[in-house]
Amino acid sequence: MTTERGEMDRGTGVARQAPRPRRGVGLVAAALTLGSMAAVVALNRAAAGPESSPHEGATSARHGFRLTESARQLGMQATHEGPTFDAKLAHIMPQVAAMGAAVSIADFDRDGWQDVYVTNSAENSLNHLYRNNGDGTFTDVASAVGLADVNRAGTGVSMGAVWGDFDNDGYEDLFLYKYGRPELFHNQAGKGFVRVTDRAGLPAWVNANSAIWWDYDRDGWLDLFLAGYWDERLDLWHLDTTRIMPASFEYAENGGRKYVLRNRGDGTFEETSAALGIESRRWTLAASAADLSGSGYPDLFLANDYGVSELYVNQDGKRFVEAGRDAGVARTPKSGMNASFGDVFNDGRLSIYKTNISEPGVLVQSNDLWVPTGKNHARGAEYENLASTLGVDLGGWSWGAQFGDLNNDGTLDLYLVNGYVSAGERTSYWYDFAEIAVGHSQIIGDARNWPAMRGRSLSGYQRKHVWLNDGVGRFRDVAQDVGVTDTYDGRAVALADLSNSGALDVIVANQRGPLLVYRNTVSEGQHWIAFDLEGTASNRSAIGARVDVQWNSRRQVQEVSGGTGFSAQNQRGLHYGLGRANAVDRVVIRWPSGRVQTIDRPEIDRRHHVKEPA
Amino acid sequence: MSVDPGLAPPPAARPPRGLAVALQSRFLPPLLITSILIAAHLTFGILEAYQQTAVAIVTAIVAELLLGKAAYGRWPHPASAYISGISVGILVRSPFVWPYFFASLISIASKYVLRLNGRHLWNPSNFGVSAVLFLAPATVSLLGIQWGNNIWPMAVIWLLGFVIVWRVGRLHVSASYVVAFFAFGLLRSAITGTPWQAALAPITGPMYQLFIFFMVTDPKVAVRSVSGQVVVVIAVAFVEMILRLNEVIYAPFYALFLVGPAALLIEAALEARATVPVGSAAPGRRAV
Repeated sequence: MTTERGEMDRGTGVARQAPRPRRGVGLVAAALTLGSMAAVVALNRAAAGPESSPHEGATSARHGFRLTESARQLGMQATHEGPTFDAKLAHIMPQVAAMGAAVSIADFDRDGWQDVYVTNSAENSLNHLYRNNGDGTFTDVASAVGLADVNRAGTGVSMGAVWGDFDNDGYEDLFLYKYGRPELFHNQAGKGFVRVTDRAGLPAWVNANSAIWWDYDRDGWLDLFLAGYWDERLDLWHLDTTRIMPASFEYAENGGRKYVLRNRGDGTFEETSAALGIESRRWTLAASAADLSGSGYPDLFLANDYGVSELYVNQDGKRFVEAGRDAGVARTPKSGMNASFGDVFNDGRLSIYKTNISEPGVLVQSNDLWVPTGKNHARGAEYENLASTLGVDLGGWSWGAQFGDLNNDGTLDLYLVNGYVSAGERTSYWYDFAEIAVGHSQIIGDARNWPAMRGRSLSGYQRKHVWLNDGVGRFRDVAQDVGVTDTYDGRAVALADLSNSGALDVIVANQRGPLLVYRNTVSEGQHWIAFDLEGTASNRSAIGARVDVQWNSRRQVQEVSGGTGFSAQNQRGLHYGLGRANAVDRVVIRWPSGRVQTIDRPEIDRRHHVKEPA
Repeated sequence: MSVDPGLAPPPAARPPRGLAVALQSRFLPPLLITSILIAAHLTFGILEAYQQTAVAIVTAIVAELLLGKAAYGRWPHPASAYISGISVGILVRSPFVWPYFFASLISIASKYVLRLNGRHLWNPSNFGVSAVLFLAPATVSLLGIQWGNNIWPMAVIWLLGFVIVWRVGRLHVSASYVVAFFAFGLLRSAITGTPWQAALAPITGPMYQLFIFFMVTDPKVAVRSVSGQVVVVIAVAFVEMILRLNEVIYAPFYALFLVGPAALLIEAALEARATVPVGSAAPGRRAV
């Protein structure tokens, strides 16, 4: 055999003296080796970011805003409780019962103030609907209006909820998705809610972690997309088998089915997913819709756990084509947990933010920020992942994230929550998790083979991230500086101007933890504008409307959403920071109906109610 | 990780012909690992991006060419560096490009530094990958996923891998490691109470396929005798067990990192004591 420069003679196995390298080369190689190691250490530190510590007092001036956790003062004292599934899963219960904390925002009683719906997930626990009293306080009216007692044993438990006016009566209705029986509640003119699930014709049982309202066929009636996570044939409280786990850590397709529930306009829905070409069984954790292909129809992005993402491009409302691989967003399987859109470069193009897992020394999937390249494939835009370039890649075990201009400087910032299971401090289940995760489907797919957690944490007690967009291609984490110091297991995050003050507050639902409400105080002199849209020919919630705000040779595009992030929904209205600009040149609204409306020089520093013109 | 690309069959083998010639060429291991990479990526998308793998390969080859030419006055064959680079490209997982560059550079440069009697002390990519893993935990991890759920691709890789290590005379190394891993895995399961399926699960993943066929079999960093090689690889599995009992996730790489050089040092010490003259083969030693 030929070894290093003929150490042994071929065929004889006789050793020969290996030639010595020339003098000096060893020194050069040593310098290269040590220099490379030093560079690796330095670059790793730079990429991981500084361990910032709170700088009390000066933060508002430095970053233009400050967040103050105020849930107790506001009267929103909810603590999420998790479910308890079949005893066969007891040894890994913390990780299989690790979701359900959700938050969604709407002005359900049309009084001009944003209200907050928060889920709970223990059997027989109560959900909360915090009505905004308009005076800096909130009152839980969930029981009074019929939206609290929705987790009764045998019906499943809440995983999230989305608001949408499905009958176009002007009041936001509520769709509740569960590990269990999904529910639809009709809003009775803001006075109460009536369960209309049976008449609507919803599926009997879905183990879902995501749903959105959208008008995929633009017929003026809101439809539903409902994404299964676990197989819908499983009752997690009564398992016949332990072969329920993902068949692979990154290639699993044994999750729950997807439902497209088309609104017939008479209070009933028909299931059309197969006819539309959406037949995925991936483990979807987040779904969101926006017109990514420029067709005028909403496309659908699915962030899937244990696999690649999916991007369903809408073909005129008649069919969807899965184009994730062509678009570049589905080439590498990760653990997708969030889907949100943002015009991060203020160029009118929506990027997609998908969160994944990053655990130092173990698994560095890193989060994805899919930015349009400007090129197109056959069915739409191509994307490239610029998360590392922009500095929004490493977020721990990341969950929900939302884009919003937190300091009203005219660029979209990014708020991210994280943390999976915070149990015993300074304990870790990661070794066992990593061991089973690489196993073949026959091993990983059976819960019996999973090592017991025994009170250990799994990416617990993680610091959150508030990434400020500098507008020139870089985000900077200022979480500790601006007052976000909690380390709960964050799941859903929603943004809303709770005090109608022109600043986006942050509401965070934590798994088995307290609801957090970060009140936002923005520095003086930062201007803003906001729009509440009401469709006429379009669906009345105006979900899918695209609003292009143009000022000082700048622009920013946002779309009205029927659910975004992870198990979350922001306020329906669209909020734009304007920085020091004292005027907006033009606002162009493209309604879901296709109508285009232009508003010249709207007044700034106020909310505008805009009704779709006839 | 780099199997010597110039691996030849045992001396007693018949002169190769036709396809056998091709299969016995120094390009066989590079061809195998390249085939695995392409098939795995096209089927399962294992790579973060082509660019990162390309950076790893190009860096390794360029570094090898420059350092080899400078050290020995002639251009070295790039096949070994190619395997080191492609191994880094497959094994390292990072959203950044620089870990691929530096892992490859460290792999190759260290070969010209960490030597004993003209031989590498470490398998180059084992050293490079272990270095970036240890020094950059926030940004670097290793390939730790299953390549799909279908058992057939896995079976094909195992079969091809064993055929190739058999052809190059290293079957005893790979087979001994597999047997030792199973034995120590069952022992770990008994000690920790972890289900035995979980304890054995890692070996069903692609990281181990690469480790078993391309890393522990590297002759440049192996002791000379067959029995010694078996002992060493069992020692690697044993140290791996110790590391696993201490919840070290990348245990096999660190185990090889620790055991490989130690074995060579022990062998050198023994040989020095025996003062085996140049030109006579050590007992039990044969060319493979």
